[in-house]
Amino acid sequence: MATEAVKQAVRDIVIRAIGVKRYYGQGDTVTKALDGVTLDVYRGEYMSIMGPSGSGKSTLFNMMGGIDAPTEGMVFIDEIDVAQLDSYELAWMRCHKIGYIFQSYNILPVLTAMENVMLPMVFAGLTPDDARDKAAGILTKVGLGNRIFHRPYEMSGGQQQRVAVARALANDPAIILADEPTANLDVDTGREMIELLVELKRTDGITVISATHDMKMLDVSDRILWIRDGRIDRLEERKNLNIRVGGIDGRKL
Amino acid sequence: MTNTAYNTERRMDELDRIPDQTVIPWSVAFSVSWGSLRRRFFRSLITMAGVILAIAFLTYMLVTDDVTNALILVNQDQLNILLQKADVDIIAATGTDKRMMLLIGLSLFTCLVGIINSMLMSVTERIREIGTMKCLGALSTFILKIYFIESALQGVIGTLIGLLVGFVVGFGISVHSFHGYVWQYLPVVEILKSLGISAVIGALISVVAAIAPAQWASAKEPVDAMRVEQ
Repeated sequence: MATEAVKQAVRDIVIRAIGVKRYYGQGDTVTKALDGVTLDVYRGEYMSIMGPSGSGKSTLFNMMGGIDAPTEGMVFIDEIDVAQLDSYELAWMRCHKIGYIFQSYNILPVLTAMENVMLPMVFAGLTPDDARDKAAGILTKVGLGNRIFHRPYEMSGGQQQRVAVARALANDPAIILADEPTANLDVDTGREMIELLVELKRTDGITVISATHDMKMLDVSDRILWIRDGRIDRLEERKNLNIRVGGIDGRKL
Repeated sequence: MTNTAYNTERRMDELDRIPDQTVIPWSVAFSVSWGSLRRRFFRSLITMAGVILAIAFLTYMLVTDDVTNALILVNQDQLNILLQKADVDIIAATGTDKRMMLLIGLSLFTCLVGIINSMLMSVTERIREIGTMKCLGALSTFILKIYFIESALQGVIGTLIGLLVGFVVGFGISVHSFHGYVWQYLPVVEILKSLGISAVIGALISVVAAIAPAQWASAKEPVDAMRVEQ
């Protein structure tokens, strides 16, 4: 019974970083992007990461996404030790466990919305027919049911970012990593994007980790992490913070 | 920690069941490559122009050579006058011209360097796209496939156009110089052989030029997709 309880507690941690250090360069010119970060991210939580540029925020983000390897320390993603994976297994993990959303959307310009969402499914081994059905379903879910065959240049920034969200969801990931997803969007589409992410967290139990400076995103977060000089500066529960998002001229921000 | 280790083992079993990504249909890679070609139509056209010019030049030289050699062998007074008017050295023309071979070789080499340069630029331009695909779970082999198909397509289309242009120009000039004699003593087999040689060389250039850029592209890391600048 005791082991069962322990296992339960362990399963609830989706990303575990233990003493993660990342140094660039060697000798006197070494840059310590991360200098010993230990952090647990719980399954189904919404975590925001704050920090000025050069704080190591992006580096930590890349570590949690399994696209950069620590100089020292360990990173477990969904209980898998990232350091033990070869490039083939890493590709598999990126494909199945993690959905990436980028600040600049990064939709592949030569493909339609549908094909963009299908691509990770094809990488996962789905047949094109199955992938097509599933992609259509996900695009409808994110509110792009009428934009399925449009190409990126025919869509607004908000719509492109929705395609990116749909693409991130393609293989039912455990984690969504969003790097300033609202930075290039206007206030209204930014809010819609945040609502979409919160909705995914609530209905599908997906863990959302986002780097952001957007107060609206901090407002909906469960926990907020501040990074400074490669170390954890502060880690707070949302309920212990006093965040108020106001409005202007009667419109909500 | 020990618990984590326990679960890690359990999860590692899951990794043993990774499906083989080589099952990705070539059609997917092809559609991405074809889309990229169409989107960067003018860039592709410039790359292709290199192949077209080189192969057209090669085909022109070979076809003209075939026709004049066939006519020299006829050895008829009227025809010999026409050949001399067209500046053909009747006595020396039967052997291969070393200087001409060097010229053709150089033009082919220049074309090769041109395609490689153009493809490398196209990779640099698309580092973010490559990184994005890797974040989505693409293996290096898939990226390799895309770039290989792309340069191969450029090479094949360029070669075909080059063959056509070279043949039409070479044959046209021959007909203009030697009138009906060309038709009378048409060296069909030799011309077909020359076209074949040009096609093979064109294909070879395209494949060789594709290797380096495709390798370089597939070695890009997904971290590159996360960088905001550019």
